[in-house]
Amino acid sequence: MLRVCLKGANSAARKCLCGNGVPLHPLQQCRSYTSGGSGSSAGKIVAASVFTVGGGVGGTILYANWDPKFRANVEKSIPYSDQLFGLALGPAAPPPVINKPRKVEPVQISSMSEVWKDSKHPKAKEVEKKAEQPDAEGPPAPAPQETLEEASAQVAQILSAIGEVPSVPAPGTHEAEAVPPPAALKGVPAAAAKCTECEHEPAVKERPEGEVAARLAEQDKAEQDLLTSLSSNLEDALGSTAKVTLQAIGAQEAALQAIAQHTRQLREAMEAEAPPDKKSTQWRVLEDALSERSRSVDEAGAAVLKAKAELDKLRGVIDGAKHLKIAAARPSILAAEENLHSMVVDLDSVVTRVQTAQSEAKIVSQYSELVNEAKAQFQKELNSITPEIQANWKGLRKLTQDDLNSLIAHAHRRIDQLNRELAEQRVREQIHIDSALEQQKLEDKKALEVAISTALEHNREQMRLEQEKKVEETREVMEAEMRTQLRRQAAAHTDHLRDVLKVQEQELRSEAEEILNSSLMEKETEYRRLTQDQLDSFTLDMSAAYARLKGMEEAIDSHVIAEEEARKAHQLWLSVEALNYTLKTAALNDPTEPLEGAVQAIKESCAEDEFAQALATALPSESLSRGVYSEASLRARFYAIRQLARRVALIDETRNSLYQYFLSYLQAMLLFEKAQEAPPAKLSAEDLDTFKLLSYAAYSLEHGDLELAAKLVNQLKGESRRVAQDWLKEARLTLETKQVVSLLSAYANAVGLGTTMAP
Amino acid sequence: MANEHGQKWDRCLADSAVKIATGLGVGIVFSVLFFKRRTWPVAFGSGVGLGMGYSNCQQDFRSPYQLHGHRVKEP
Repeated sequence: MLRVCLKGANSAARKCLCGNGVPLHPLQQCRSYTSGGSGSSAGKIVAASVFTVGGGVGGTILYANWDPKFRANVEKSIPYSDQLFGLALGPAAPPPVINKPRKVEPVQISSMSEVWKDSKHPKAKEVEKKAEQPDAEGPPAPAPQETLEEASAQVAQILSAIGEVPSVPAPGTHEAEAVPPPAALKGVPAAAAKCTECEHEPAVKERPEGEVAARLAEQDKAEQDLLTSLSSNLEDALGSTAKVTLQAIGAQEAALQAIAQHTRQLREAMEAEAPPDKKSTQWRVLEDALSERSRSVDEAGAAVLKAKAELDKLRGVIDGAKHLKIAAARPSILAAEENLHSMVVDLDSVVTRVQTAQSEAKIVSQYSELVNEAKAQFQKELNSITPEIQANWKGLRKLTQDDLNSLIAHAHRRIDQLNRELAEQRVREQIHIDSALEQQKLEDKKALEVAISTALEHNREQMRLEQEKKVEETREVMEAEMRTQLRRQAAAHTDHLRDVLKVQEQELRSEAEEILNSSLMEKETEYRRLTQDQLDSFTLDMSAAYARLKGMEEAIDSHVIAEEEARKAHQLWLSVEALNYTLKTAALNDPTEPLEGAVQAIKESCAEDEFAQALATALPSESLSRGVYSEASLRARFYAIRQLARRVALIDETRNSLYQYFLSYLQAMLLFEKAQEAPPAKLSAEDLDTFKLLSYAAYSLEHGDLELAAKLVNQLKGESRRVAQDWLKEARLTLETKQVVSLLSAYANAVGLGTTMAP
Repeated sequence: MANEHGQKWDRCLADSAVKIATGLGVGIVFSVLFFKRRTWPVAFGSGVGLGMGYSNCQQDFRSPYQLHGHRVKEP
């Protein structure tokens, strides 16, 4: 379209110039243009115009291709050029927007996300690992994860600080997990058992401790009594048996001595060939010894019997004590048994000694009997042979030789006889010896057997005693241990009891304290409430009286204040009136007098009134120093301004060449608008034309609305605005001052009205 | 402010007149001295004067709207 217009304009211009229009320099121009024939000239003209236009367009396109800014400009200014450019060049390159900072940000964000991902990864891996653990997968799965974990260990630590992350490989933890549960399980049954045991105790009715103690004391006492009785019994028995046994032993010893003495004496008597009177004394001594021996033997036997009886009694007592089964008596029993045993042993040994001595004595007595027999026989023989010699041995000298020869022959015969007897005896001796040996062997065997049996019995007894002793010892040890364990248990029990008691005590104490505190608090609150009520009533009365007093005082004060206020209001009103009057002193083209004096008066008159002060200070300084113009003068001035504004209506920031001025002047001359036009309620866009605005403003001025006029003039634009600025400022000043003054007067009136009291 | 417009015009016209006259004079001088009394220096001179006056006038009228700016090239 532009091309067309241009073409049209060109052709029109040419036509105008060289055609039928107003010729300025027609011929020359036409000539310059139309060098050839008219027809060819038209074609040439057309061709030339086409070339020019095409060249222009092509140049534009080329340059647009090279400079995108130019393209944008052209696209903006010429309507369909963007389509043309699109056809010719392709779409415009998108503007290279400044996005370097944006590039930086995404990189950072990506790095952050990477970091987050990295940090998330180990956590995820650990979570995975955790999930894997219950499944108990093989080590290879956790192994690479572990290496990664090591790589980002720190991050993982930071992130997993809150969570529970086991750092042990899967199988280990699995095992570890497997191990603790059984231990826990083991621990549980024990605890359960203990618990059941503990439970059992309360299930069994516990005797009260006093009763138990009493029972125990009774038992102990009974035991003690038994023990003492037993021990006393044992001691008595032991003492008696000891005494008797000693007696017996002594008797046996005495018997032994007697026997020994007797045998010795017998042997002496046998072997010694003492004179007959000594022999008779010897024999008498022997008889005494024999009787002594028999007596002592009897005594010993009796004593032994008595001792044996006592020992049996002691054994019976010991058995009885054993049957009682009192533990404390055991050692004494054992000691008694030992004593018994030793006594028995001693007794037996003494008895055996006595028996041996007796056997010896028997042998010796047998020997002595034999010797006596032999002697008696010899005597008999001698008597038979020589009966006359019998009378006296001492009459040996009276014997004859025959007697002597017969005696010698008898002696020889006797000797032969004795030799034969000796030989016989020798032979018999051997047999006798053998038989005696046999007998002796038998007797020895018997004695051995007896001795063996006694020794065996003794040994058995000894062993039994030892065994019993050992049993006793072990029993004692066991008893001691059990006692210690029981003591421990008792101690534990007491500890437990102590703890429980402590806890209970605390609980009870805290409960009691709580109750006490709560009751105390209640009482306190009650007390406080009552006192508060009293106080309240009292204060109420007092405050009522006080309020009344205050009311009276206030009433009086308010009266005073009201009067003061009235006076001030009056003053204010007077000063405002003065100000108003000064406003009226404006001459036609001069401003009023400076309002400073009046304002000062106002300020003085209402020094305490903030609103008035504010208003007084709100007056523009110009009005104070120089004064303001009146409405009439402004109105008059307006027309001059209007003229000027009309003249420069076309001038603004963009159009301000002299040519524009010329055009503007032309417009002002040629354009006619209404002198005054009523402004509409709302201004539309077309109302913002200078001329219209000016006519609206004139109308409003004529109707006394300076404010509206100022508003309308404010809507002017460009140079018109600039020329009207002066007037506008003045108008503003005047309006401001008038507003403030009206406010002040209104305020003064209001205050005055307020202070006047209705009767 | 209202007077400013009038004052500008006064200045403008005075200035232009002076310039035209000066140009004219200089043109005449040149024409007489160097250009063999041709007309064109006179016209040229007065044209120069007129142009200068016009330009000054325009500048004067434009002066409130003159913005002195710097072109900032993009890097």
